[in-house]
Amino acid sequence: MQIKDHITRRQIADCLHDVADPEIPIVSIVDLGMVLDIRPENSHWRVDLAPTYSGCPAIDVIPFLVKAKLEDSGYQNIHIEMEVSPPWSTDWISEEGKEKLNAYGIAPPNGKASEQQYEGKPRNCPQCGSIETELISRFGATPCKASYKCLTCLEPFEYFKCF
Amino acid sequence: MDPKIKYLLHLADNSLILGQRLGEWCGHGPVLEQDIALTNISLDLIGQARMIYQYIASMPGQKTNEDTLAMLRYENEYLNLLLVEHPNKNFGLTIARQFFFDAFHLIQTEGLTHHPDAQLNAIAVKSLKEIKYHYRYSSEWLLRLGDGTEESHRIMQESVDALWRFTGELFKMASYETALLNESYTLDVTTLEAEWMQRVSSIATEAGLKLPEKEVMLYGGKEGKHTEHMGYILTELQYMQRTFPQMNW
Repeated sequence: MQIKDHITRRQIADCLHDVADPEIPIVSIVDLGMVLDIRPENSHWRVDLAPTYSGCPAIDVIPFLVKAKLEDSGYQNIHIEMEVSPPWSTDWISEEGKEKLNAYGIAPPNGKASEQQYEGKPRNCPQCGSIETELISRFGATPCKASYKCLTCLEPFEYFKCF
Repeated sequence: MDPKIKYLLHLADNSLILGQRLGEWCGHGPVLEQDIALTNISLDLIGQARMIYQYIASMPGQKTNEDTLAMLRYENEYLNLLLVEHPNKNFGLTIARQFFFDAFHLIQTEGLTHHPDAQLNAIAVKSLKEIKYHYRYSSEWLLRLGDGTEESHRIMQESVDALWRFTGELFKMASYETALLNESYTLDVTTLEAEWMQRVSSIATEAGLKLPEKEVMLYGGKEGKHTEHMGYILTELQYMQRTFPQMNW
């Protein structure tokens, strides 16, 4: 039974790799570190998710997408919980997720949120790689990003804040 | 009503009403980046309020839900500070209101991260990360405008003067706060004033702004007695639910 659970957990986790973040579809909710736990509970499987920002507009859509994906994959008894604690952090974004963000044109969080007071700044421009960048605004199109511009290629870009 | 529920409503209503106010800037910000910044802060605050309303609704015996709490109470049932219901009017007033509130919200929420109620504690820990950003944003703008042009300085000083009379309420205990103090469910807000004053006066001084010395303070919001502005906010906030009850999308 335990081995079977282990396999199922692995299969559910694999499915969640296909659930894209609605705001930044290049990364999955797994890349973003939003999946806290997957475990059997009574007669169903329970998936604990960590919401990113309190007011993120995707907060209601994500559990819906997860449920739909798992049901499509044949898991009928799924219970999803959004857990306030522990609070989500960009420290949970995988290296693969950071690479995807960079390739998509969003500078990934630079450094650990737990080791600095604020959001840090981008290592380099995701377009041309220049390290000469300038903050335009601490807020961007979504709560998780700040607006920057590159002083070399002059293109604007977004920086995923350490949080 | 259970004083615990009142206290939670007070915390949530501060964030909801200020979030609603900031949302009014959507499409009207002085420049695009600030339009986005103010509405991002609005989203954070409404998200924080939601977590508390959801928590209240989940308590045993509560026959309500987050939408009913946010959208269908009467004016005297909202327990937010008078400060947060003050109209935006201009960017200077918006920044002064935000700065006064953020400095308070930061200290208050830090206090709640040691709360005995695990869920309120978790909500505070999560919200605090966001509030630090809000506080830095409003501090930076207070400095920039206070220490800016002659005109920006004048407007910022007028804004600080105009809103000062609402700051006394931040540190006045409401009946439900006093009732729960013994069991450490509420913070003694009177003890938060010194740190708030220190934070506010150091940044105001750096910005070249003077804080009013004597002012008649206005109270009431925390007990449900609001300024005339509150009715207008609720009219807009509640319009759809009142017109089409139970509507959903």
